[in-house]
Amino acid sequence: MTTTLALTGSPLWYASRASGTLALVLLTATVTLGIAAGGRAAPRCIGRFEIGLLHRNLSLLTLAFLTMHVVTAVLDPFVHLGWAVAVVPFGASYRPLWLGLGTAALDQLLAVLVTSALRQRLGVRRWKAVHWMAYAAWPLALFHGVGTGTDTRLPLQLWLHAGCLGAVVAAVWWRLAKAGPGHITGRLPAATAAMAVPVVLGAFLATGPLQPGWAQRAAATTFVLGGGR
Amino acid sequence: MTSTRSLRVNRITCTGQGLCAELLPELIDLDEWGYPLLKDRAVPDQLRTHARQAVAACPRLALHTDRGRP
Repeated sequence: MTTTLALTGSPLWYASRASGTLALVLLTATVTLGIAAGGRAAPRCIGRFEIGLLHRNLSLLTLAFLTMHVVTAVLDPFVHLGWAVAVVPFGASYRPLWLGLGTAALDQLLAVLVTSALRQRLGVRRWKAVHWMAYAAWPLALFHGVGTGTDTRLPLQLWLHAGCLGAVVAAVWWRLAKAGPGHITGRLPAATAAMAVPVVLGAFLATGPLQPGWAQRAAATTFVLGGGR
Repeated sequence: MTSTRSLRVNRITCTGQGLCAELLPELIDLDEWGYPLLKDRAVPDQLRTHARQAVAACPRLALHTDRGRP
């Protein structure tokens, strides 16, 4: 019984971890490009339309790996997730809170995908209003990865998370530095969030996943399979 | 006969990002502040794909193609 579980479970579990990590890296690249290119500063050696296309293509690639991440996680027999978990947050039997953050991020990205496809019909106001949800989806995805990730304690994974965090924070500061005066109501929260997310993530890592017994604390039920160690 | 298309810029939503002039320099110039100036509103058939890409690329959705002659 255990051998069949290991044989059928392992490749899916590895694929889910790898595609989840890749999706986070690609989402980070998309968000970084979106933040950096959204302002007034024009790049010198690359066309603005090329950055726009890169932003779109990276986001589609993100969703491709995200689909793979969700499908492999649901099919994986270890964690017994139903298909509802893919779209309904916080209903999972395995680490409900930390998995739910990922589900919420996926829902937001799907909303961004649909509204972007229909943006010519929706108009710029409604499209942008939904598009800003991507800013919320990125930290949700980051905390989902740190909280439920099997590999959170690996030094390489920690460096990867630090790199993702650094890229987005640097993009926010760069855009704020390049921006002209005014719009304080929009920029103050952005600067505050750019400072708060690394602090909260660091505090969470130090008290949560990097402490012994995280797997037991993260799981509401007794599933301690693959995660945490 | 195929229907002709004409370009239109929504001056209220346009913020002068300049992507349209990068993608459709045949029909769009930029003024000194980076806002588009239409050289010719009528889109020739051979430029129709480029015009569609320029419309899709506008981050403010301020560029449109309308059916019919300008």
